[in-house]
Amino acid sequence: MTTAGIETTVKPPEPHGESDGNNWRKYFSFSTDHKVIGIQYLVTSFLFYLIGGLLAEGVRVELATPDPDFVDPQLYNGLFTVHATVMIFLWIVPGTAGFANYVIPLAIGAKDMAFPRLNAVGFWLIPPGGILLLSSFFVGAPGAGWTSYPPLSVVGDKAGQLLWILSVLVLGTSSILGAINFLSTILKMRIPDMELNDMPLFCWAMLAASALILVSTPVLAGALILLCFDLMAGTPFFNPMAGGDPVVYQHMFWFYSHPAVYIMILPVFGMISEIIPVHARKPIFGYQAIAYSSLAISFLGLIVWAHHMFTSGTPGWLRMFFMIATMAIAVPTGIKVFSWVATIWGGKLRLNSAMLFAIGFVSMFLVGGLSGVMLASVPFDIHVHDTYFIVAHLHYVLFGGSVFGIYAAVYHWFPKMTGRMMNEFWGKVHFFLTFFGFNLCFLPMHWLGLQGMPRRVAQYNPEFATVNMVCTVGSFILAISTLPFLFNAIWSWIAGPKASANPWRALTLEWQTSSPPPVENFIEEPVLWSGPYEYGIDTLSDRQSVDELLTEVKGEV
Amino acid sequence: MQGSAIETSQTTLDMQHGHGHAGGHHEAHPDHRIFGIVLFLIAESMIFLGLFAAYLTFRAVSPEWPPEGTPEMELLLPGINTIILISSSFVMNQGNAAIKKNNVGGLRAWFGATALMGVVFLCGQLYEYFHTGFGLTDNIFTSTFYVLTGFHGLHVCFGLMLILAVMWRSLKADRYSSASHFGPEAAELYWHFVDVVWIVLFLILYLL
Amino acid sequence: MKIPNVITAMLAGIILTLASLWFGQNHGLMPVAASEEAPLVDDLFNAMMTIAAGLFILVQGALVISIIKFRKRPGDETDAFPVDGNLSLEIVWTAIPVVIVLGLSVYSFEVYNSMGGLDPMASHDHGPHQMAMTSGAAIAAPLPGMEDTMPPATEQKIALGVGASPENQGNPADLEVNVMGLQFAWIFTYPESGVVSGELHIPAGKEVQLNIAAQDVLHAFWVPQFRLKQDAIPARTTELRFKPKVPGDYPVVCAELCGAYHGAMQTRVVVETPEDFEAWLQTQIALQKDAASQTVAMNPGELSDGEFLTPFVRDMGIDSAALEQLHPPAHHEHHNS
Repeated sequence: MTTAGIETTVKPPEPHGESDGNNWRKYFSFSTDHKVIGIQYLVTSFLFYLIGGLLAEGVRVELATPDPDFVDPQLYNGLFTVHATVMIFLWIVPGTAGFANYVIPLAIGAKDMAFPRLNAVGFWLIPPGGILLLSSFFVGAPGAGWTSYPPLSVVGDKAGQLLWILSVLVLGTSSILGAINFLSTILKMRIPDMELNDMPLFCWAMLAASALILVSTPVLAGALILLCFDLMAGTPFFNPMAGGDPVVYQHMFWFYSHPAVYIMILPVFGMISEIIPVHARKPIFGYQAIAYSSLAISFLGLIVWAHHMFTSGTPGWLRMFFMIATMAIAVPTGIKVFSWVATIWGGKLRLNSAMLFAIGFVSMFLVGGLSGVMLASVPFDIHVHDTYFIVAHLHYVLFGGSVFGIYAAVYHWFPKMTGRMMNEFWGKVHFFLTFFGFNLCFLPMHWLGLQGMPRRVAQYNPEFATVNMVCTVGSFILAISTLPFLFNAIWSWIAGPKASANPWRALTLEWQTSSPPPVENFIEEPVLWSGPYEYGIDTLSDRQSVDELLTEVKGEV
Repeated sequence: MQGSAIETSQTTLDMQHGHGHAGGHHEAHPDHRIFGIVLFLIAESMIFLGLFAAYLTFRAVSPEWPPEGTPEMELLLPGINTIILISSSFVMNQGNAAIKKNNVGGLRAWFGATALMGVVFLCGQLYEYFHTGFGLTDNIFTSTFYVLTGFHGLHVCFGLMLILAVMWRSLKADRYSSASHFGPEAAELYWHFVDVVWIVLFLILYLL
Repeated sequence: MKIPNVITAMLAGIILTLASLWFGQNHGLMPVAASEEAPLVDDLFNAMMTIAAGLFILVQGALVISIIKFRKRPGDETDAFPVDGNLSLEIVWTAIPVVIVLGLSVYSFEVYNSMGGLDPMASHDHGPHQMAMTSGAAIAAPLPGMEDTMPPATEQKIALGVGASPENQGNPADLEVNVMGLQFAWIFTYPESGVVSGELHIPAGKEVQLNIAAQDVLHAFWVPQFRLKQDAIPARTTELRFKPKVPGDYPVVCAELCGAYHGAMQTRVVVETPEDFEAWLQTQIALQKDAASQTVAMNPGELSDGEFLTPFVRDMGIDSAALEQLHPPAHHEHHNS
């Protein structure tokens, strides 16, 4: 398989430091080491990201011209359906889970996750889930969109749709197992000195995201079980002609799939809250506000799902309730954005690749957030629902948000994971290409949607041709922007300059051990020397400076 | 995500297996497995909550419920079944009380009785399936009826397997003791969960 | 010359406000507003754009200034001055969004209400109708049969969607049109005259009520220039009530994925003067009298979907190749059920 082919090319260097018996084969084994599993998650999900990106290019090439002339229209529907499913269930969700797996036990001073074997099971469900999904192209890809609304999803090709359902069930299971593990690890396995309010913010974010996964994903499973019966056995659950109700599916689907947005963005909020203070050399602004706003988002995220259904069969009062609840989410989200900006303001910014992507994240996520508030407004949403405005909005949140954040996290934690530094020049090339390509591709889509272009179409009104061509060009730049990253990561992993234990002079616990950490993470029990973000205390005379503190820690390691 | 149940429990059972020999690095920290099981059951109950909500919505939007032509539901057999399943939870609790006093024989006996009651329940369900007089795809009520009870039945089967697994393991001396009885405890927790789900199911499906 | 910080901040604030006010009015992002309801939505959108522009400039401005002003100076390895919070600032930036979203909620509620979204007749759902008429005949008979696929007139009062604006509640609309979405065309039936058409003609300045249903899968009826959209759901009627204002020719777009040729499911809505509309209606009635004598003799069941649909899709940009690929299972499934 492709997996094997590419993974061998990026095989990590021979062991150095204190880890004995380490070799690349462990990455193909049922390892229970959270660090191995974390890297397994990251590499696997990145491969799926490349596949999902190829599918997206297929969509963009089709849309370069108004006529449906590139692929068969049914295949086109398969392209965007599988694109979305791959990006959500095989890239962003497992990608962030990869970081959480790697970083969280280290950041709370634990030797491993609470349930290491369960952790491995969770990871090893991903490749079969992905293969199931992609194999649907051989039997007629599912063409009802990643939302798979019945009745359309049950009248098309049965085989492809069934594979889609099975794949999402498998991937959802993996996600639930991960959530159980994160919750147990964060709540039960912190080193004794670490109270909840001493945790790095990434832990708070994963707590919120895992709680959401635990509560919402099973409902999707319920919906898919019923859908599967409709598809295979001919039950009437969602068949309006036989007394069923397709709107019930939409409710169940969005009960998971709206929280899914937060499942994909909350971990990234957490990672950004880690990265910005380190490279701004300044404490995070409003620790508690950021921590608790994650919980608020998690809770509110559960009661806003029907804002995806403002034009469906929903009564007016229900539209109003969900409008107000959705608007309310802007408040905790706004708190986070303002807090990040306030952290950056007045810092001494190290504008390296990690920081550029982190600032890029704040800037792009802001756009997605602002259009999100607009979409909460029912009268406006009625106009733009299911148009390219939505496509633009969701990519600003999930690409400008999640993917920028994941890239920032890669540049930030790469030295810890591999013991090597990444190349800064190519990192910056990667950032500027991504930033430019992304905006060129997705910014014009706002206009397309407002003007009247619906989403999920293979052919469209010729008046939109020019702008669509611009988007397609942007998407090519975006595709090309992955190359510098890919080569940078592979080359640095093999031959990059050696990284010290703490190249960023960061204060969280994962930087107190060697890079990469030994099998059980810490040679000696880690000590909580300071809060996670106490940068700049050297400017206050009565306290130890960060450097003294770090030297002291180094002495201990 | 029925599969998830199997995975978790197998993993936890495996961990139980590894409990004896020292050195597994995950044994160094205190036992959080019951906490994990509780989280897992939260996820499980959300599947059922989703399905119940769907059922109640179908019911609410249908002009007539159950739709015209659905045969009358028999209440006697499911009623007896309900009593059997609820009682089995208390029986099982005795098993755990026994192992907490280091009484492995008691554990086996009480768990055996629970398993028997579970089997009776399943047989009763099967008997009912063959005598309802309606099929899976007849109408929206019959479909939800079979899918909900069937999905619950699968959980009963799985709980039964857990009980049998615990009984099988208890044959080996010193497997379970007053100090170490994660297996029976997890199985009991799961069984109670299945029980509670049935009570809700019985209320909304038969009585409401 | 050194300008005090307060003055700089005030200047920046004024420029920011002016810029966002200007942008909120002059973004030019919306198409023509062709219905009476559309300007309400546009005003709401402009208000949101003003606020969004302000926040955008504020946050992006702060980021850009930080990148220039607060980047690390060469050789400076020290940390920044530690500020880890400011309670009053945090309260302010929690309170301001609260006020903004409350205001937007109230404003949106008002707009939605005056559009008719809260018309009690339009927001009570009585669930899927048990429709017996969905077998065979419904899709087949192009002429008088069409209105059979709609629930009887008494039930039509109760639907989902956007109903009458508050001042018109309780009054029937000036014109009712039944809209049927099917893969991949829209069919419009004028119940009063029995006219069936592949494109929607409506008179400017009159209240129009669309009763929207679907034949096979979900569709969504959208006219961007009216800012109105509503899903078409099989076996259920939804409603859109509005007053077209600006005569012209606008697209009717299907906005809910409905299959391979979803993108081709387009037709047009013609808003014309009441006189022109009446003339068009009379022509249609005359035309269909002629056609009726021929169509009735034909058994619709013997036609393939493609043959049957041809008359309806002539104007819709679907070529015959596309029609041939209409996949039959979609229809046959329902015929059997």
